[in-house]
Amino acid sequence: MKGNKTARVTATAMVLAVILFVFVMMDLSWAGTRTLSLGEVWDALIGKGTWANDIIVNTQNLPRVVLGIFVGAGLAVTGAVMQAVFRNPLATPYILGLSSGASLGAALAVLIPVSFIPLTLMQPMLAFVLCFCTMLLVYSISKSSGSMIKTETLVLAGVAVSSLITAVVSLLTYIAPSEQMGSIVFWSMGSLGNATWEKIAFAAPIIAVGIFVMVCQSRNLNAMMLGDAHAMDLGVDVRRIRLFLLVISSLVVAAAVSFAGTIGFIGLVIPHIFRLILGPDNRLVIPISVIGGSAFILMCDYISHVVAPLYGVLPIGVVTAIIGAPFFIYLLCTKKKAIGW
Amino acid sequence: MVNAMEVKDLSYSYAGSNVLEDICLTVGKGEILGILGPNGGGKTTLLKNLNKNLSPRCGCVLVDGTDIADLSKKAIASKVAVVPQTNEVNFSFTVREIVEMGRMPFQESFRGSSTSDSEIVDRALEQTGLTGMQERLINTMSGGERQRVIIARAIAQTPQILLMDEPTLHLDISKQFDSLNLVTKLARDNGMTVVIVSHDLAMAARYCDRIIMIHNHRIHAMGRPEEVLTPENMRTVFNVDADLFFDEKIGKNTVILHDSYNGN
Repeated sequence: MKGNKTARVTATAMVLAVILFVFVMMDLSWAGTRTLSLGEVWDALIGKGTWANDIIVNTQNLPRVVLGIFVGAGLAVTGAVMQAVFRNPLATPYILGLSSGASLGAALAVLIPVSFIPLTLMQPMLAFVLCFCTMLLVYSISKSSGSMIKTETLVLAGVAVSSLITAVVSLLTYIAPSEQMGSIVFWSMGSLGNATWEKIAFAAPIIAVGIFVMVCQSRNLNAMMLGDAHAMDLGVDVRRIRLFLLVISSLVVAAAVSFAGTIGFIGLVIPHIFRLILGPDNRLVIPISVIGGSAFILMCDYISHVVAPLYGVLPIGVVTAIIGAPFFIYLLCTKKKAIGW
Repeated sequence: MVNAMEVKDLSYSYAGSNVLEDICLTVGKGEILGILGPNGGGKTTLLKNLNKNLSPRCGCVLVDGTDIADLSKKAIASKVAVVPQTNEVNFSFTVREIVEMGRMPFQESFRGSSTSDSEIVDRALEQTGLTGMQERLINTMSGGERQRVIIARAIAQTPQILLMDEPTLHLDISKQFDSLNLVTKLARDNGMTVVIVSHDLAMAARYCDRIIMIHNHRIHAMGRPEEVLTPENMRTVFNVDADLFFDEKIGKNTVILHDSYNGN
């Protein structure tokens, strides 16, 4: 049984690595009306491609793919962590109102232009700040009801704050001049298309460090899945570690959401799939979710580019939900018991 | 006798009302101490104060002569293990994975288990008779089996002190004996100190070296079972008509409950 499990983990990791590689190459091969061959992509990557292919692969596609790898990994890992911290299968990076906070920031940046800061910089910055503030607000609301924060209170506070902010964003979208409305709407559906190396330089270190820190906490998360009292009995300082993980998660989500908009379902579906295959042990689920999240987001990104050429590039949030939701429903119907919730 | 744990003038209040007042007690090394009292009387609260899951309003708890307020949760967990009252687990961890968590206080945050860790886990599984069940999923087991797993986890923690909250609550009668016999053996063989919180008078009379009765948030009586489990004390604290007997067949004390005093 033990060896069986090791084999299963290795097999899963290898299959995922192959899938990730395939979709990295496919996503890099997109050239609008046509698709480059894998050989052309490879040549361009190692600097031997034609001038046109070099621009397509390295300038047009590569930043998007790299941002996708970080965003997908970050969202999937924070999803796994949130579900363990809250012992709640529905917990996602967005349950604390993080995405709505970021949306508000992005919408405000569009509506209230600051002349000396360019919008491309202002929008992610404001999204980042408001995302973080929302998390602090939700946390302090749930803290005010008692010294020991209850998971249920935290989730309820998150849902309440989230719906309030979402309403404000809808209001802003409604009253926004029509030429700016599109920007807010597209942003709220998510896109990797605005990736630049400057944005990656900002987002990638935050996401990478955050993932590393969360992987290091996976043993403590296992204990916390048994319940707060169990974890404390095993020497886990639950209050401190939970707050710490919430701060790290909101940093990672803020970094992801600020530059790619709200991309749903990755944080929900990816950890569940791997819990189904590998069991609940976070020491396996969290690292595997890193590869799984990246592979899934690149697959969706590729599909969003090629599925409906008539309409151009679809918002990636639409694709992740259209693929993710039915798959999740399938899991819910067939494997409910095995997931363990 | 060397003291494994000492509680000095401990008071605890919750939402403005006192739950525990001026609790003073010592537990000797290798001793089995029973803390008895009616439900809602603050027994579990006292137990949670003993490993800093709750912090007292005043007073202190010393383990090995050190105030646990000055120790990290991890340092406390390397000395004090707990078998809590509720053991519902929703996740499909295997028995072995749960028992391995007992080694957490001794491990760095991102390092695999060492060989000695897995030997300790093997022994804990063997002592609790779980070796053959170690790959079973915890969320498919009965309450009694789950408690056995949690006891195994506590043993894997190689604690100096084991705290048990109502250990007989979820168990079949025969399993109650098995669990407590095992714990008694560990106390006698390894010098492990055991503190059991319970309202089960007969169980306490049989297994505990010393008993503390909690009544109205304070210690009402403290001493050997035959000193504490008097008809008067059991009437005052539990409102029952009961007697302590020496069961000659097993050579141990037991309590016979005759009736309650309610309505008489």
